Amino acid sequence: MAQTATAQVLDTEQAGFYRRLLRQICLIRRFEERAGESYALGKIGGFCHLYIGQEAVAVGALAALREDDCVMGSYRDHGHALARGMTSREVMAELYGKVTGCSRGKGGSMHLFSVDRQYLGGHGIVGAHIPLVTGAAFAIKYREEDRVALGFFGEAAVNNGAFHEALNMAAVWKLPAIFVAENNRYGMGTATERASAVYDVATRACSYDMDQEMIDGMDVLAVYEATARAVERAREQKLPTLLEARTYRFMGHSMSDPIHGHYRNREEIDEQKKRDPLHAFRDRLVADGIMTAEEYEQMEGEIAEELDDAIAFADESADPDPYELYTDVYVD
Amino acid sequence: MPTITYRDALNQALKEEMERDPSVFLMGEEVGVYQGAYKVSRGLLDIFGEKRVVDTPITELGFAGVGVGAAMTGLRPVIEFMTWNFALLAADQIVNSAAKTLYMSGGQIRIPIVFRGPGGAALQLAAQHSQAFDSWYAHIPGLKVVAPSTPYDAKGLLKSAIRDDNPVVFLEGEMMYNHKGEIPEGEYTIPLGEADVKLAGSDVTLVCHAKTVAIAQKAAHQLAEEYGISAEIVDLRTIRPLDVDTIVKSVVKTNRCVVVEEGWPFCGIGAQVVDYIQLHAFDHLDAPVLRVTQADVPIPYNKRLEKAAKPNPDKVIDAVKQITYLD
Amino acid sequence: MATKVYMEALSPTMEEGRIVKWLKRENESVTDGDVLAEVETDKAIMELQARGEGTLRKVLAVEGDTVEVGTMIGVIAANDEDIAKILATVGVTDTEQGQAGGASPDEVSQQLQTAEPEPTAAPTGPAASSLLPADRVKSSPLARRLAKERQVDLRVIQGTGPGGRITKRDVESAVPGPRHVTATVGPAYEDVPLSQIRKTIATRLSASIGPVPHFFLTAEIDMEQIAEAREALNSIPDAPRISYNDIIIKIVAQALRQHPECNAWWQDDHIRYFNDVHISVAVSVEEGLITPVIRNAQLKSLREIAGEGRELARRARERKLKPEEYTGGTFSISNLGMFDIAQFTAVINPPEAGILAVGSIADAPVVLNGEMTIRKQMRVTMSCDHRVIDGATGARFLQTLKRMLENPLAMVW
Repeated sequence: MAQTATAQVLDTEQAGFYRRLLRQICLIRRFEERAGESYALGKIGGFCHLYIGQEAVAVGALAALREDDCVMGSYRDHGHALARGMTSREVMAELYGKVTGCSRGKGGSMHLFSVDRQYLGGHGIVGAHIPLVTGAAFAIKYREEDRVALGFFGEAAVNNGAFHEALNMAAVWKLPAIFVAENNRYGMGTATERASAVYDVATRACSYDMDQEMIDGMDVLAVYEATARAVERAREQKLPTLLEARTYRFMGHSMSDPIHGHYRNREEIDEQKKRDPLHAFRDRLVADGIMTAEEYEQMEGEIAEELDDAIAFADESADPDPYELYTDVYVD
Repeated sequence: MPTITYRDALNQALKEEMERDPSVFLMGEEVGVYQGAYKVSRGLLDIFGEKRVVDTPITELGFAGVGVGAAMTGLRPVIEFMTWNFALLAADQIVNSAAKTLYMSGGQIRIPIVFRGPGGAALQLAAQHSQAFDSWYAHIPGLKVVAPSTPYDAKGLLKSAIRDDNPVVFLEGEMMYNHKGEIPEGEYTIPLGEADVKLAGSDVTLVCHAKTVAIAQKAAHQLAEEYGISAEIVDLRTIRPLDVDTIVKSVVKTNRCVVVEEGWPFCGIGAQVVDYIQLHAFDHLDAPVLRVTQADVPIPYNKRLEKAAKPNPDKVIDAVKQITYLD
Repeated sequence: MATKVYMEALSPTMEEGRIVKWLKRENESVTDGDVLAEVETDKAIMELQARGEGTLRKVLAVEGDTVEVGTMIGVIAANDEDIAKILATVGVTDTEQGQAGGASPDEVSQQLQTAEPEPTAAPTGPAASSLLPADRVKSSPLARRLAKERQVDLRVIQGTGPGGRITKRDVESAVPGPRHVTATVGPAYEDVPLSQIRKTIATRLSASIGPVPHFFLTAEIDMEQIAEAREALNSIPDAPRISYNDIIIKIVAQALRQHPECNAWWQDDHIRYFNDVHISVAVSVEEGLITPVIRNAQLKSLREIAGEGRELARRARERKLKPEEYTGGTFSISNLGMFDIAQFTAVINPPEAGILAVGSIADAPVVLNGEMTIRKQMRVTMSCDHRVIDGATGARFLQTLKRMLENPLAMVW
């Protein structure tokens, strides 16, 4: 009797956890759709890279972290920021370039930052932030803390020298770093097999005698579990891990790239969409009885309201004052 | 006051700051076991251990980035480049990661880091190892750029650079490491952003920094002896932020100026100095401002050619004679 | 038949004249009786008329030049007439532009000494020389500034720099002058060269009355409102006590700002008009009198003036004033009211051009709105240096001062 009760409590906790994961995936999906609309309306400028299709990677990986762990990402960072717990208001306002944005309107889509959430950017040069992840892990070890540093980057970044240099040092110095390669199969418009002598990113870890795992990046629980193992390795043994999450980008590289362009065809995208991480996880939770279809619709409604609010907030917020042009160049 | 070398002055600054603040560490190629390619870090490994004196692989981009990442999360790294010639590989980290993060994050994330090492031409190291990148880094908002000329300045400025909450590019010189000078016993710092009048004079201002200060001093001596010209030497010490006031005050006094620098002429430090002078001291100029720089060529290996390429006292004297209308 | 144009004596006492403006340009046709130029004499601006017909072929003195009576300043002749011989008599060749040239180096140096400001003014118009490449004089920025300060025409200086560039050295050797302090932020004052009238006034009046030709202006001022205002100010707790003199200093400074012509120094060859007001306050000390200076009084609040005045007076009595604390005033105030002196005249403190002698404030019968009434009255007498300040000038200043004192709100107006 007591055992059953415990199992029920555990089940309830787990169900709640799964629902939270699904909510985050859904939030990112709908956020990105709204960002796309706002971009089309001219509310968002510059480069804007949507995360649609890859949501399970950020959500699964970051679910395995503690709040004080340190996270960095590339320029396709809206999903990372939201999965890290940054509000849709502060992220949307940043895309709108407003002073209420998480980077006070000075970073934009590619440079989301939140020290509170230990989300340390949003970096715009492919691969260049991977050494920063190693550096953050170095600082953690230096201070003898049990935190970890996790960095996301695309599979195309692994052909960059910075990737190699950063992973090598993380391994030589045994640093609590987790490197998550989001393999969406294209570096902008160049297919991985056209750019990379070795297709599997995870196998590169053997160059550094580093632990690695290749995971289905469309399966949020698989990403979560693999990351959790890497986190334990980092916290307990101070060892780095390279994770490769196989995923897919449903949208173009950026807003100026049509959905399939010349480098891939409609059929391929449609095929990949059968693995849609949002639909797959929703169907699973409904099938397992963790959530009803009505509850899901209710959740969608709540998210729509949250995003209405975020859009209105971003729209109504002020631009940075002109004097802000010259602030934050130097610490006084 | 004790007399020590420029190298040992830097060593003292590192040692004192590492003792003062446990978040300061030194990282770079050969800084530990080898005791430093130019022995600036001599003895530090023994005192502070491998944790705080970190030998790196030969990977400038990588360890510069590691330093920036560590600075983002609250440490105060001192990143040593064996020479600034190699740091071109790390330029992306210095320019894109270190200099811009404070701004891009809306003021949330500070990068308190020092990138330091020798730059410019030494002796017959040929083109790839003989480059002064002062103006490259000075071009970047978000970076501070420091280039001391004496042991006293080197120590005081390095200590301030380490304590500064901004990324600082600290330019030394192979040919200066053995320069000797007096420094006081005990603690002192020199604020960044303040030029130093190394010699007061009335007829012409020689603006210089780092290695060219010694050149200007030799020239000034000869000008006084042979031509009765009294030169004032303004040592910039910090290139960014530039101490425009001191430069302008001096030019207002002397009405003439020669800017001496180690780098190439095009878009050099001197070009910027001249701009400030024409802007702020136009009505005080009695002659055009001249510049003495290194020749606008890759530095050759051949000894005579290399010598011809570098700035020297004779070139400074020629320039001064031109603008004091003595020719 | 060519006609030489001379600087003519346009008043009985005129010895030299300043060309204010050429009304005819070179190569313009001229008929007898046309006005060629406006000339400032020692009395007024007069017209110089043509005494011949033809074309104004040559102009030999530029606008701004001061030229002795009898000097040839132009030539009128027919278009085809050869005037080279005439020009040769004053050392000018026909191809030269109309310069302020003379026959000998002596004449050139004389030109230098008598040159008026606006050295760039050319006969063809004030800005022409700096715009026309042909007229351009190569000179360093510093040389140009020095030349302007020393009122010397760069075109008569021989440049020794590269390509004939005029440098600081050239200007200095042409016009040795006091070494100027170069590092000024904004102009602290403006030097205005003496006009012919000023020179004559200075000479005549000095000769008549002594080195400083004084005259005196007295005004009676109703101090009723000032007394009330002072009482109100002094009822503020913990505030320094404000004296009548503090208020007078403040208001004199304000009034001088409106009348800069009274805030000036006589400088023998020019008058220096100050932009700031530095009030010398006469303080009697054991061995005599000293005048500590309240600087920039126009910018200071009453409280500041009161505090500073008291401190300066204390240090004056202790003989601890530094020289810079009792020199450099631009206008003086001497107050003997505390000795019940109703009215007096004060002697000007040179090089200042004015001093205000302040008498006592006393109840006096006055007629107000047709009725006799008792009000607080004060008499002030201003001594003026006639070389700088004329009667009406001083009177206008006193009128402003009186208006302000009788309506203290004007201070904040």
